[in-house]
Amino acid sequence: MESAVGRSRPEELAERALEVRRDVIRMTYTAGSGHPGGSLSVTDLVTALLFAEMRIDPAQPNWPDRDRLVLSKGHAAPALYSAMALRGFLPRDELLTLRRIGSRLQGHVDRNKLPGIEASTGCLGQGVGMAVGMALDGRLAGRSGRVYTILGDGECQAGLTWEALMAGGHYGLDNLVVILDRNRFETDGATEDIMGIEPIVDKFRAFRYETLDIDGHDFGAILGAFAHARATKGRPTAIVARTVKGKGVSFMENQFAYHGKPPTKPEAERALAELGTHL
Amino acid sequence: MAAARTESLRDAYGQTLVEIGQNDPNVVVLDADLSGSTRTALFGKQFPNRFFNVGVMEPTMMTVAAGLALGGRTVYASTFAIFAAGQAYNAVRQSICYNHANVKIVATHGGLLVGGDGGTHQMLEDLGLMRGLPGMSVIAPADAPSTRAATRAVAEFDGPAYIRLTRENLPTVTDGTFVLGRAAELRSGNDLTIVAAGAVVARALEVAEELHKVGVEARVLDFASIKPFDEKALLRAARDTGAILTMEEHTVLTGLGALVAATTAESYPVPVRRLGVPDVFGESGEPWALLDRFGLSKERALEEAWELLRLRGKVQ
Ligand SMILES: Cc1ncc(C[n+]2csc(CCOP(=O)(O)OP(=O)(O)O)c2C)c(N)n1
Ligand SMILES: [Mg+2]
Repeated sequence: MESAVGRSRPEELAERALEVRRDVIRMTYTAGSGHPGGSLSVTDLVTALLFAEMRIDPAQPNWPDRDRLVLSKGHAAPALYSAMALRGFLPRDELLTLRRIGSRLQGHVDRNKLPGIEASTGCLGQGVGMAVGMALDGRLAGRSGRVYTILGDGECQAGLTWEALMAGGHYGLDNLVVILDRNRFETDGATEDIMGIEPIVDKFRAFRYETLDIDGHDFGAILGAFAHARATKGRPTAIVARTVKGKGVSFMENQFAYHGKPPTKPEAERALAELGTHL
Repeated sequence: MAAARTESLRDAYGQTLVEIGQNDPNVVVLDADLSGSTRTALFGKQFPNRFFNVGVMEPTMMTVAAGLALGGRTVYASTFAIFAAGQAYNAVRQSICYNHANVKIVATHGGLLVGGDGGTHQMLEDLGLMRGLPGMSVIAPADAPSTRAATRAVAEFDGPAYIRLTRENLPTVTDGTFVLGRAAELRSGNDLTIVAAGAVVARALEVAEELHKVGVEARVLDFASIKPFDEKALLRAARDTGAILTMEEHTVLTGLGALVAATTAESYPVPVRRLGVPDVFGESGEPWALLDRFGLSKERALEEAWELLRLRGKVQ
């Protein structure tokens, strides 16, 4: 299943990611609601997963040996939808139906609407547990597919997250990779002002994870971490990806105001100009 | 009802909290990373020492709220309805209700009118879950003025309460009073009764107005106080009008309609039609269009009203 797109180099990934960021702005602007900040922070991670790391096939979304991605922070749906469209899971012109009545592109990812979505999420704290279940299922069945899950740093305040992480460590699931989008902000402000999650790397280590601390916008580092995870046996891997909330749009970067607020028309125009395009 | 002024229930709540906080230093407020949306941030700004934004941990917010209340505080705890009644259900049951802790849960973003966030966030079961809890008062105000009154009213007694608010601005339909355990008659009539709560009370009034145009007088009862429940007002309406239509932005399985049907069946059986969300989850969409899509359109309500009138032999 290693197709040509399955071996994209960092420069190619950067081009794809730029497309995703443009889509995120267009989609949230058109929908008039949604979460641009956490979609832009996770864009490079999602792009690296779909275009370089994961063995997936848009023609067979239910292929049993595929790798699986659970987007625990389901509000970053626009980034995943866009990357999936670029990867061939859905027509690109469907992207602008985001959040409209009858659309397959629900505000939070929905597996019963869109093939290729592994698990419906939206209520934070539940993705890691579902990923643990999928990893256990894969191990029981002797399947080679790996399970990836992406969670937010605000989501790390939720007790459910840690219960599930404990289970992943306890069961020694080396087919599980937990990726933390460490963008430092949640809805109401900075995580460390609201409810501090540090020292987060130590926490993952204490929960028995092979833990890597990387720049979540450096494709070389991201791909290196995935390779490290593949080589790790006997325990799951946690990747603490240092990211910038709103990455790529200057006036959204590190501004929690854009967590759950779409751009206005002038803002969308400005954002797209910065991303080298227009509405 | 056409040009009624609309107002934010969340703003009304946040502003009232600040007033309550000014008069009572014993009041403490909690939130779970949604304080801008729920408007508890207004309280937090005025009284930073009595405000705790605990982050994304709704069950723990409820247990901490219970602990503060057991120490003698009056506690308001807010987040979206899906998280307050859903994510945190057993913490509400055990730590708050079983302890009879003095915690007022004010949950915003109830029902379909959440809109774009979709079915994961459109809480349609909260009124049923909450009214099943012994000792819990359950309130769904129809507009901003009654939200203010209800926010104040729950501070007047010792014990748990759940207030469900709506994200969308709503037209003013009440006289701004709220009495726990009392239904408000918003329109008189003896041909039919429409019982409603929350955001759809305005729609119930529109339906009554349509019926009035063709000579049918519908009584409209606002059951903002779902628990305690005004059984007297309901049974009086059953006797006077002989037929009841219920409207709620909630699953019909466990909400106001189910309560009305059970109460009348036991004490004064009359035909009841329940209008609300059938046995399905919601989905993303424009808020008011979702009400139509999920069974709460004015047309649908009128059809049910005529069906009830036919059943009672009031029309052919
Ligand atoms: C259980 C739960 N509580 C609250 C919310 C509402 N909510 C959506 S996103 C969010 C903040 C999440 O912060 P973070 O995990 O850091 O997300 P990111 O910065 O990656 O967007 C909140 C509170 C939710 N979706 N689920
Ligand atoms: Mg974050």
